[in-house]
Amino acid sequence: MGFLDIKNATKSYGNVEVLHNVDIAVDEGEFLVLVGPSGCGKSTLLNMIAGLEDITSGEIAINDRVMNGVHPSNRNIAMVFQSYALYPNMTVAKNITFGLEMHKVPKPERDEALQSVSKLLQIEQLLDRKPGQLSGGQRQRVAMGRALVRNPDVFLFDEPLSNLDAKLRVDMRTEIKKLHEKLKTTIVYVTHDQIEAMTLSTRIAVMYNGYVQQLGTPKEIYDTPENLFVATFMGSPAMNILPASVVMKDGVPHAEITTSEGQNALLPFNQENMSDWAGKDILLGIRPEAITDPDGVDRKSKTVVPISNRVGVTEPAGADTFVTMELAGKDCISRMRADADVTTGEIFDFVINMDKAVAFDPQSEMRIK
Amino acid sequence: MSSVQTQSVQTGRIARTFIYLFLLLMALFYLLPFFIMVVNSVKPLSEITGGNMMALPEVFTIEPWLAAWSTAQVGVEPTGLRPYFWNSIKMVVPAVAISTVLGAINGYILTKWRFKYDTILFGLMLFSCFIPFQIVLIPMARILGILGLSGSTYGLILVHVVYGIGFSTLYFRNYYAAFPTELVRAAQIDGAGFFQIFYRILMPSSGPITVVCVIWQFTNIWNDFLFGASFASGSGAPMTVALNNLVQSSTGVKEYNVHFAGAILAALPTLLVYIVAGRYFVRGLMAGSVKG
Ligand SMILES: Nc1ncnc2c1ncn2[C@@H]1O[C@H](COP(=O)(O)OP(=O)(O)OP(=O)(O)O)[C@@H](O)[C@H]1O
Ligand SMILES: [Mg+2]
Repeated sequence: MGFLDIKNATKSYGNVEVLHNVDIAVDEGEFLVLVGPSGCGKSTLLNMIAGLEDITSGEIAINDRVMNGVHPSNRNIAMVFQSYALYPNMTVAKNITFGLEMHKVPKPERDEALQSVSKLLQIEQLLDRKPGQLSGGQRQRVAMGRALVRNPDVFLFDEPLSNLDAKLRVDMRTEIKKLHEKLKTTIVYVTHDQIEAMTLSTRIAVMYNGYVQQLGTPKEIYDTPENLFVATFMGSPAMNILPASVVMKDGVPHAEITTSEGQNALLPFNQENMSDWAGKDILLGIRPEAITDPDGVDRKSKTVVPISNRVGVTEPAGADTFVTMELAGKDCISRMRADADVTTGEIFDFVINMDKAVAFDPQSEMRIK
Repeated sequence: MSSVQTQSVQTGRIARTFIYLFLLLMALFYLLPFFIMVVNSVKPLSEITGGNMMALPEVFTIEPWLAAWSTAQVGVEPTGLRPYFWNSIKMVVPAVAISTVLGAINGYILTKWRFKYDTILFGLMLFSCFIPFQIVLIPMARILGILGLSGSTYGLILVHVVYGIGFSTLYFRNYYAAFPTELVRAAQIDGAGFFQIFYRILMPSSGPITVVCVIWQFTNIWNDFLFGASFASGSGAPMTVALNNLVQSSTGVKEYNVHFAGAILAALPTLLVYIVAGRYFVRGLMAGSVKG
């Protein structure tokens, strides 16, 4: 039983079901991020929590109170919209206190709340301006101020940073995180940016096609993706998915793949139950940072396997160097230290960190556990 | 926009001369009648009957204006147009106000409180804009009779409101369609109710379209003759009907100068509305399309 409880929630528009049996329990003080590609139903779910869309079936409860049919203003939630949705004709101060005014909070209390919020967000000098006279970042702050001032049970954010430029986005991201650590309010945050999801959240719900594909901590999502979609959606560059077959050697299950030179390489699993798959085809998932040069290997890894392969393209990117190659008939990316000594076209001894490898059933696309 | 302006079309000198000549001609075409009206409304009648319509007055007099306003024979009474002017005001102000407010509320509902079949409803309202006046005369007369509003200013207000709603709804719906729905949602979460959202959030941003709607309704309702003649005869008639009666009064000689003055008086309010609010009119018509 969570603080925010979404139980078997479904949403249909006419005959089209766009959200299917969503079950999420969020604890108090958690930072839940809903992430997924465009059109997967993130905003719809958020709007259902807010009460802006009704719930077709199932139940949403906040703080043990069932919210189905409760008006948005009576749910004690606050929302920050993608476009900020600041009232264009009101000053910043009015924008922030409008909700309090509507809830008949007396003027002295409103002023007090305005003072503390504007101080917290450092927008005191902007209070008399209209939204049209603010920069994007300032509007963002005001929008957060409007949400904060209500002191809600749950904050809802719908892609609040997507209208900002790259630099400001990173700054505001840090600020939101700090704010959460300070206030400890429960937050549900929608984004399609997986870096935002990883950095901000305490837990992530990865959504696709109206289904929650996986719900877990950022580490769980990253290291043990439930299925192929989660594996490839989270992480940049995406996880390499290589067709392989499972063979037994010395009683240990190995993944057999073909190198660019047509040789077969055997990569031992450190996962016992892979023996059940002996003789069958699987999809092997390896993150780019698990394929490195020999010196770049994580010292704590147990199963590290060398493999000789021809280097395709090298792309120095400052902190890292990305190396593209052909492996198991697929394009495969490896992420190396900046000073790794690789040259385009040569045969290079890569090492693969099999601790971090995952395997998927090619039929169901689920991870083999 | 600016790039379009700087690349204005290059035209040859001959073409340009031709265009200006044409425009001048068109301007004359419109201004000449007005000129004749003004000039002849400040002449004594003898100068008109005995002389040239186009000539400037030899004796300047405002007598015809005073006569048209307060003493001229309208129908059988020598009241001038004054009482009818007030009739028109009493009709046009409430009719414009009510149809504009209703149009705004309709536009608000049709864009921000969507419901099943709302587009069909809107289609039907649009359709009402294109029904010719003549078709509704008899049913309308019947309804006014049933409501006991026949021959009264209230009846005329009702008729004009009903007829005006189609257009005012069209204006406001199209304007509010471009108004961000997220603002309405934010206000809902803030706890504002249906009407609070309307007048605290939408209304303050509706200036341009309100001006457009008011000008449009004012001009149409003020200038209406058919409904006025059909539903409000006698002392309740609006200005347009009274003007007709003034001109048609058959006792004595035709006082053309008084007729001209009366006609200008009848046109003055709409002229005034255009001069005062005209630039907002153009701005308002453009507003929906340019706003991001
Ligand atoms: N009013 C509606 N009527 C019918 N279908 C709708 C409606 N609103 C949304 N949908 C559908 O519901 C699905 C989910 O939409 P939603 O807005 O939640 O996506 P999203 O995950 O927020 O995407 P984005 O990242 O682009 O914002 C989409 O397929 C969309 O087409
Ligand atoms: Mg969305």
